[in-house]
Amino acid sequence: MNLRPDPTFYPTPQMAMQAPVETLAFTLMLSPDGSQPDGLAVVDVDPNSDTYGQIVHSLFMPNKGDEFHHFGWNACSSALSPLTGHAFLERRYLIIPGIRSSRIYIIDVKEPLKAKIHKIIEPEELKAKTGYSRPHTIHCGPEGIYVSTLGGGGEDGTDGPPGIFIMNCETFEILGRYEMDRGAQEKHYDFWWNLPRDYMVSSEWGLPPQFENGVVPEDLLSNKYGHSIHFWDLRARKNIQTIDLGENHQMALEIRPAHDPAKEYGFCGVVVDTTNLQGAIFTWWRKEDGTFEAKKTVTIDPVPADADDLPELLKGFGAVPPLVTDIDLSLDDKYLYVACWGLGEMHQYDVSDPMNPVLAGKVEIGGIVKKTPHPNGKDFGYGPQMVEISRDGKRVYWTNSLYSTWDDQFYPGDRGAAMVCADVGTNGGLTLNENFWVEFPEGYRSHQIRLEGGDCSTDSFCYPSV
Amino acid sequence: MNTAASLWSAVVVSGIYHGVNPGMGWPLAVSAALMARNAGNLYKALAALAVGHLLAMAAILFPFSALMILVEWQVQIQTGAALLVIALGVYLLINRRHPRFLARVPPSRLALWSFLAAMAHGAGLMLVPIYLGICGTLETDAGHAAAYSLMWNNATAALAVALAHTGAMVLAGGAIAVGVYYWLGLSFLQKSWFNLDLIWALSLILVGSIALITAH
Repeated sequence: MNLRPDPTFYPTPQMAMQAPVETLAFTLMLSPDGSQPDGLAVVDVDPNSDTYGQIVHSLFMPNKGDEFHHFGWNACSSALSPLTGHAFLERRYLIIPGIRSSRIYIIDVKEPLKAKIHKIIEPEELKAKTGYSRPHTIHCGPEGIYVSTLGGGGEDGTDGPPGIFIMNCETFEILGRYEMDRGAQEKHYDFWWNLPRDYMVSSEWGLPPQFENGVVPEDLLSNKYGHSIHFWDLRARKNIQTIDLGENHQMALEIRPAHDPAKEYGFCGVVVDTTNLQGAIFTWWRKEDGTFEAKKTVTIDPVPADADDLPELLKGFGAVPPLVTDIDLSLDDKYLYVACWGLGEMHQYDVSDPMNPVLAGKVEIGGIVKKTPHPNGKDFGYGPQMVEISRDGKRVYWTNSLYSTWDDQFYPGDRGAAMVCADVGTNGGLTLNENFWVEFPEGYRSHQIRLEGGDCSTDSFCYPSV
Repeated sequence: MNTAASLWSAVVVSGIYHGVNPGMGWPLAVSAALMARNAGNLYKALAALAVGHLLAMAAILFPFSALMILVEWQVQIQTGAALLVIALGVYLLINRRHPRFLARVPPSRLALWSFLAAMAHGAGLMLVPIYLGICGTLETDAGHAAAYSLMWNNATAALAVALAHTGAMVLAGGAIAVGVYYWLGLSFLQKSWFNLDLIWALSLILVGSIALITAH
């Protein structure tokens, strides 16, 4: 406990943008075949440093087969909520779940170059206390740390629906399930909220048998993956509305609400429309009467391709689907970054008018067919995937792996881990930084990135920017 | 300064102390105005916070005012109340966890939140020894009065204490909220929010101890 609020907690997104820039990034490394333990890489992102773009410290776990995916902080700007009075927590621990093992690591990064394991929560404990498995997204909120899960109970995670559970933000003790009334929610993926307006939004990927051994083409073509988003009364823990985006909109993944809590809208990315292989962005918003609505505001077309250039899975379609697998919104709510993992493109949309996004910039790198190399000449395996934006909105970082078994279906063979950075122009536009290229250890892939002191997909703000 | 005057100033000073503490809610008034983009919401939120705080004071003080008709037990009651306040202080000193139920209160229920926050942190209890002291000063005038008028005097004193304390609290918290909203900006929140958990627990122990000493 501090005597003063942690200096990396900001009342408003605007104040977070004016904070000192990041000098370190934390990136997850996974061993796709589970032959080596997964790890956390500490990457130097300070351009004035001699070790710029290098991994300056790595911490490997004592177990194998965890499959690291998403992770988050023990505390963020939400600690400044005047309602909960947790202002004296420290942003000090990274909560890293193993999506395959259901094990959760609490890593102490107070001294990033000496990052160490603080606590390990074994899968048995998680399952016994919550009936959930396959932990995923982390957010700090009113009642502690909220963690979404993709699986329910039982060996294959289909015994009961997945959901969210809550952890104590100081002891990391699992407190129990979040939901009191889940309504129509049966699948899970991401979630986020608007704290002062007291609502939460959650999304759906699929149940563990639909993703653990790779995408199941029959399930996808018969629209059995998730295609709904759910709206919750956050503190009453109750599902108040479910919006079906249409069953052809398969895999509604990342939820990105406007950071400014005075704004009552947000975005959700859809991986693929099974009628035409398009990727899509939906804008959702809250109406005067407190109910929600959602509308498709961006579509990204597939690109025709020769069957010989396509992996087995896509040969029959004669086209590369964009595969919108991650999206991220800058802290000023101006630019939405959309990773098109199949095409090998990172799109930047100006979403100043959230109902009419306009393509403002684009970077081509990797891709199933295009295989565009990095400007430094090196091959970028897979496509742009997990994306993270600096607090000031000037730099965008991304990695290239989606999920071990899916990587192998869409991009057969091992193509190596990557992490790159692009600079944002003053009036939009996106250019890859030639000098930033991270070399990862052999046999690893890279997934989510977190920036020292908070970034654009961790912190929840309690006061509007003025 | 005589006893009555110093006790009444203690009521006001504790009100100011509660008011400036962000944990008692002034940042909520700032947030309400910013969210609605309307300064009027700042005052509405302050009013809701005041109502909650006043009720919490009343809920604690009135039972004690009823007890005080047992004139011959006065010292015992004062001792008991002082020990209770010390005990809560010691508890808050040892158990530094925040009450989780406060996190379940929706932001739209500011009065309820304010009531529960004051109850959970013993804000009302802190006033009890001071209030009992004030009842003691009233007693010199009403020493031979009938039980009914004694009760009436004690109840009026309880109301006056709750009002004076809440008034001071709202003025102090309101002044900071207005200052932050119009001039200081939210960086004031980052700079000025001190962890008062320890000091708060110690204040409870201090108030209880003074009461314990003066009661005997």
